[in-house]
Amino acid sequence: MKPFAFERARDVDHALSLAAVSPGARFLAGGTNLLDLMKLEIEQPPRLIDVGRLPLADIAETAGGGLRIGALATNTAVASDPKVRSRYPALARAILAGGSVQLRNKATVGGNLMQRTRCPYFMDAAKPCNKRLPGSGCSAMDGLSSTLALFGASEMCIAVSPSDMSVALAAFDAVAETVRADGSVQRRSVETLHRLPGEAPQVDTDLAPDELILAVELPPPPEGGQAWRKVRARASYTGALASVAVAGDRVALGAVAARPWRARAAEAALADGASPAEAAAAELASAEGEDGRKALVRRLAADVIRQAREGVGS
Amino acid sequence: MSTVRDWAAPNPVTENRSGLIGKPVDRYEGRLKVTGTAPYAYEVETPAPPLFGHIVSSTLARGRIASVDISAAEAAPGVVRVWTHLNVPAQAARGTRLNPRSQRASNPALESDRVEHYGQSVAFVLADTPENARAAGGLVRITYEAESADLDFLSSLDQAGPAPGEEDARIGDFEAGYTASEVTVDATWFSPLQNHAQMEPCATTAWWEGDKVVVHTSIQMVKGGQHALAETLGVPSDRVRLFTRYIGGGFGGKGQSYDDLTLAALGARETGRPVRVAYTRQQMFQATIHRPAVQMRVRLGADRSGRLNAMALEAVTHCARNAPFVEHAANFARNLYAAPNRLTGHRLVRLDIPHAGAMRAPGEAPGMLSLECAMDELAETLGLDPIELRIRNEPEVDPDNAKPFSVRQLVRCMQEGAQQFGWERRNPVPGAVREGRWYVGMGMATAIRGNFLLPAKAGLRLTGDGVATLTQGMTDIGTGTYTILAQITGETLGLTLDQVRVELGDSDMPPAPGSGGQFGAATAGSAAYETGMVMRRRLAELAAGDPRSPLYGEDPTLMDFANGNIVLGNRSESLAALAARAGPEGVYVEGGISPAADARDWSQHTYGAQFAEVGVDSVTGEVRLRRMFGVFAAGRILNAKLAKSQITGGMIWGVGAALTESNPVDPRYGSFLHQDLGGYLAPVHADIVNLDAVLLDEADDKANPMGIKGVGELGICGAGAAIANAVYNACGVRLRDYPLTPDKVLAALEAKGL
Repeated sequence: MKPFAFERARDVDHALSLAAVSPGARFLAGGTNLLDLMKLEIEQPPRLIDVGRLPLADIAETAGGGLRIGALATNTAVASDPKVRSRYPALARAILAGGSVQLRNKATVGGNLMQRTRCPYFMDAAKPCNKRLPGSGCSAMDGLSSTLALFGASEMCIAVSPSDMSVALAAFDAVAETVRADGSVQRRSVETLHRLPGEAPQVDTDLAPDELILAVELPPPPEGGQAWRKVRARASYTGALASVAVAGDRVALGAVAARPWRARAAEAALADGASPAEAAAAELASAEGEDGRKALVRRLAADVIRQAREGVGS
Repeated sequence: MSTVRDWAAPNPVTENRSGLIGKPVDRYEGRLKVTGTAPYAYEVETPAPPLFGHIVSSTLARGRIASVDISAAEAAPGVVRVWTHLNVPAQAARGTRLNPRSQRASNPALESDRVEHYGQSVAFVLADTPENARAAGGLVRITYEAESADLDFLSSLDQAGPAPGEEDARIGDFEAGYTASEVTVDATWFSPLQNHAQMEPCATTAWWEGDKVVVHTSIQMVKGGQHALAETLGVPSDRVRLFTRYIGGGFGGKGQSYDDLTLAALGARETGRPVRVAYTRQQMFQATIHRPAVQMRVRLGADRSGRLNAMALEAVTHCARNAPFVEHAANFARNLYAAPNRLTGHRLVRLDIPHAGAMRAPGEAPGMLSLECAMDELAETLGLDPIELRIRNEPEVDPDNAKPFSVRQLVRCMQEGAQQFGWERRNPVPGAVREGRWYVGMGMATAIRGNFLLPAKAGLRLTGDGVATLTQGMTDIGTGTYTILAQITGETLGLTLDQVRVELGDSDMPPAPGSGGQFGAATAGSAAYETGMVMRRRLAELAAGDPRSPLYGEDPTLMDFANGNIVLGNRSESLAALAARAGPEGVYVEGGISPAADARDWSQHTYGAQFAEVGVDSVTGEVRLRRMFGVFAAGRILNAKLAKSQITGGMIWGVGAALTESNPVDPRYGSFLHQDLGGYLAPVHADIVNLDAVLLDEADDKANPMGIKGVGELGICGAGAAIANAVYNACGVRLRDYPLTPDKVLAALEAKGL
């Protein structure tokens, strides 16, 4: 691990002012991903700004009938919150599908959104990876890893986001509220918070270096059923091969792109009266990748949409 | 030389009068481990503040080191030494032995500019903290000249050659028998490269006391580690004192020493300070041994009644180019089923990857994944129940050598297992049972694994406090050796468990071969038993010859031991008093066990039957184990709790082999795809919902004086095959390419139009 400076923020302003003057600094919350990456020298921030003790962990009703979840609410706190469980069960299930109990007890909502890909070539500092070392190439493109992007990849990078939680958040049209050192507050859709790799896969999100996530806001849950499913080789403690969240007439796919992937084509097809299978096929029509991966996502999406409509498993 | 007849008479262990043998007592060292107070090799207290070493690994598969630049690393904070092949202290040339009786030869680190595999040690940094050592390791600049490398097993199969010094085993005429058979199976299975994935990485703490080095290291074989280090340093073995008291998993992967041991000893010598060195998690994958991949062609020929007429298992496996190792994946089949015409053999591909080596149940673990599925296929072709097919091929004597079985309860394992598992509820028609989106199916397989007894010694001291302390240069790799040795010693001397101490893992103690090949309990345990018997004779003679003893003048051969006393008729004396009179050191004896001269006149194995029920997700191809049950026969059981833990642990390994575990070599780099426990998928708790095993009552009087056998590797044997057979029964998909991951299952379902 490279030596680094560590500073515990007294309040949000302190955290932001430190970030504004510390190029390459990282905010530290639960640390469940960042610290691992630092030990592997994949992340080498010169400074850590510990925001973990800031008072940003509340989960509260909004005036509009939705829910505001503080960025430092732990995954465990969100998944076990009665308001989340009763009204956004697909979100609770998605969170509980991630990591382990120990990780969820430490991991936060903001940190979950900021976690980096688990592409094995990103995780191995000895291998070319445009996301880790811009211009070095992409080892995953012709590599052995199976969980590659089906949507929105570029020649530079085909890594996927590992977040389960964000897939459900995208299905709920959640918004991340952020603040910068100059005091400006922004509201960013969770769906598009992460950039597609394009020519600059090293940049995961649109957030500025001095921009801190304060909260995630959920609008009221949509009419209709909810469902969530995550496919994986073992029953727990591993990333998704694919996941699907359905909330009402909205469908989001996980582990298929660098961001949670809203299946707009499927949603449009459903609105036109297509069957779940037809809707899933419509979405996969634009996918690029292995036939087996496409088949998995197509079958899974159809089944989870059907499940949400039948009101089972939510 | 002894004979197995010497073991036939009743003895304290087989009589088991105080009931310690078999008792499910907790682990001797359990409290220390769960409270974090059992010092592992990296954590032992040092006589002075230690330095910390970090090994830099090659990122090249094959070639030579063209240049090194250590200036930045040397200038980094806290750095004390930076070594590469250019400046590492002299070591004995690889493979040499100063002492011809050394069990291991010299194994130098950083020995030359040659790179033979990805992950090989190429530099070593010593610094004041582990963080500084690792950070400086990243500053060592090395350039390589790459040479062409053979890295991909399946595309190198045409280079497969004979295994060195081995010939195919042929009985009868396989080809003629196979051709003449009414019903045949001919299929090829693939089981992938796997890693041990021990929790504790390889680690060493070393310091020097004069010209003698003290090392605490994580290794399964005390003498092997001591001799390897002595030969590498070029010193007599009595200049190396090796400790290995607590080991966080070995599974065969720590049957040898690695560069952490050598470099810690060299670093401590050169700096005059204690040194700690541990492998990183990534190095555990890339720089230690692994189980090689196996491609196995199985051919079975049978008549319509299911009697096997011909059987062939032909394995192709791999090893490192300059480190021959054969995964004997076909050998188990030699002793399992009757068939007059038999062929088994192995071919070897040499690759430029890290060394292949032993991993839990080497041979059987991958090998049984093929034959036990081929039997399932044959049973289906014949319309026979898979258990009935196996019963029809149960041999009367060992089919490999016509030797009688010492004891063989394979059929009983299958029948009792079937009954307890509810095998009769299995629908033999594949794909016939649905529960919601799940296809549900059952499968079974048998288990067989050899039993071994090696020479071993032990020391035993009885002191005036009435405590017996057993000392042995043995290891407990987490299996329960401490505990069973305490039970054996207690039962032999008539003491309670709190009157027995066990000290292991010290090269100064009487030697035992260590842990491996499921020979540990029988070997170390038999030595402990024999040493206990030496102690009994010694104490009886002491009592008989001591006028202060109430047993003075009596016949020592008639004296008995119970409740902490030596007893004859209604007279007795406590062992504590007897030992106290012998002097401040008490009474010390040594004893040992040797294999009986005629032990190999019998076919000796452990057996079992594995049953699994799985669900296959009809949408996604995910396979989930619903329940698993096994019945095993492995001699007398020393500790019901620990034996079951070993067996069920092995079964769980079988679940991993069947469903998740694999580490492919990236043919562009020579590295493994997975380098941590997040990527290399061993089963987790959620995968093991309902899994249980029972051990049949058994005593194998040809095995050793106690009639016990090994359990450490039996549980994995056949376990994965039972799951693969259950997957077929569930959804009608025969997958012969392990592990049965969702992508493969789903592709097969799609191909069937499901």
